[in-house]
Amino acid sequence: MDTLEQLRDRLATRFPEAQVVFVTNPGASAEHSLLLDAAHARDIAFFLRDDPALRLDYCSNATGIDWPEKEITDVVKTSVPDPAGGPAKIVETKSVRVQPGYLEAVYHLFSVALKHGPVVIRLRTANRSDAVTLPSLTPVWRSCDFQEREIFDLFGIVFAGHPDLRRILMWDEFKDHPMRKDYVEPADYEWEPTAHDEVLDKAKAFRASVPSVAARKETAS
Amino acid sequence: MNSPAPAFASVPSPFGAPSGPTVRAVHDQFHGDLLEVSMGPQHPSTHGVFRMIASLDGEQIVKLKPVFGYLHRNHEKIAENTSYLASMPYTDRLDYLCSMSTNWAYALAVEKLLGQSVPDRAQYLRVILAEMTRIVNHSCLVGFLFNDLGTSFTPLLYAFREREKFIDLFESLSGSRMMCNYQRFGGCRVDPTPEWLAAARTLIENFPRFLDEYERLLTGNEIMLARTQGIGRLDPARAVNAGITGPVLRASGVDYDIRKVDAYGFYSRFDFRVPLGDHGDTYDRYMLRILEMRESVKILSQAFRDIPAGPIMDPKAKQRGHRPKAGEAYARIEGPKGELGFYLLSDGGPNPYRYRVRPPSLINLTLLEEMCLGHTIADSVVILGSIDIVLGEVDR
Repeated sequence: MDTLEQLRDRLATRFPEAQVVFVTNPGASAEHSLLLDAAHARDIAFFLRDDPALRLDYCSNATGIDWPEKEITDVVKTSVPDPAGGPAKIVETKSVRVQPGYLEAVYHLFSVALKHGPVVIRLRTANRSDAVTLPSLTPVWRSCDFQEREIFDLFGIVFAGHPDLRRILMWDEFKDHPMRKDYVEPADYEWEPTAHDEVLDKAKAFRASVPSVAARKETAS
Repeated sequence: MNSPAPAFASVPSPFGAPSGPTVRAVHDQFHGDLLEVSMGPQHPSTHGVFRMIASLDGEQIVKLKPVFGYLHRNHEKIAENTSYLASMPYTDRLDYLCSMSTNWAYALAVEKLLGQSVPDRAQYLRVILAEMTRIVNHSCLVGFLFNDLGTSFTPLLYAFREREKFIDLFESLSGSRMMCNYQRFGGCRVDPTPEWLAAARTLIENFPRFLDEYERLLTGNEIMLARTQGIGRLDPARAVNAGITGPVLRASGVDYDIRKVDAYGFYSRFDFRVPLGDHGDTYDRYMLRILEMRESVKILSQAFRDIPAGPIMDPKAKQRGHRPKAGEAYARIEGPKGELGFYLLSDGGPNPYRYRVRPPSLINLTLLEEMCLGHTIADSVVILGSIDIVLGEVDR
């Protein structure tokens, strides 16, 4: 199999209108990945599966990653010359910019026929709130069926074209997406038999009608 | 679906090719309404809290939907809030029959993230313990499969008698029978004594005799043949597309064993064969496990012969407080149930930013409905038993 750079170039010639970005992995494993744009992802996926030199017929792992929006502080140092002729002063100007958040789906592809891999592809949503739709790759690899349902359940990415997109691990009435970084667990979701400290404080917020032990003592006396 | 048509066209299915969730039954004077049966979550045949909603036409299954999540505790979120090392005991609880190999998969992923090497003796120990785990898992699976066939515990207790000897060894080595927590990043936790190795060697030398006895009891059994041959066939092309791995995939004749493909650890040093099935039915899946146990015995006897002396931990490895630099890694092993993978993403902090378990038990259930369609409800129990799931890993 060719390297990932060669694969990116092949995809660029095969799908000239698609955007394929090489994502470097700085870690020790050096497993780099390709970021595909959502509009062409499924076509590219079919190509990866059916191309005789690649034959990535097996999607092993599909998972989501949450990247919440981040405040990044840029510090620019400028040296201001001292008009009196002394040493130049260094002035730091800080500017805060907000890097928009997004959700990411990562797929690890292998070839059972040719026994190579992994090729890692990633898809990104536009944001984390209203534009969270990505094309489903379940029509290409059936193994994404449960895994995309899990990403939908735990991260909230909506996979367009998935045959059966329902929650898989949480119950159907559940509202939030627990694997998101800003998820706050509900305080009253289960009864705590030995409520103490933090749990008791949380429970109070939901059971305002139940007076505290101290209040009950006061009313009794 | 763009997956290819099933190759087993010769198998008559009363409803044609499986075509998704709504397979209509015939409605005439001979056919009544469909009956919906909810099997589980507290049904003994589902091996835990797993639920199947089956629509039956008479006794035949026309639709089957698995329901998950009864044992969900969001293992991945817990791991993202603890340090790398502190997740190691949690991985024992994923597949609680095979904690030794699950530990290895997780250690392999973190070592890949850290760029950590492992000394020779530890590599041999890992192979020894992973193969012992495979034997334990497969012999128990066969016992459970026969339970599902209605033998009421006799084969299972034979298997458990053997398993007891293995987990006694695990206990004397790691301190715990099932929750071993044995692997570390860069080696293993405890060095086995020569007595331990000798005891394990004797156990493995005697194991083929147990297997022969087991097979004499089970393999030619008439009821077993009638209930398993031709039941729950799995087409190889569909199985690959659906991500089925491990013995279930190889029983369909696909030669894909990660011990050979990736040759992780020291598997390239061992001489063993990969058994393959022919028909992809329940019988092949049973037989494949028996053959894999015999191959594991071969690997183990080579490992006991060749294991070198030396350290079990890389002296330069950090014991705790691991902070891998930013990056990601995906490591996988051939677990007893299939491809067990760990995907880790580090942002340079003490906890993983993203921690993902690729559970073979869950993904091997993708084609459960297709395997069961057209068979009776009693067969679905056997088909599920032959896939080999552990709910701790399915629901995580």
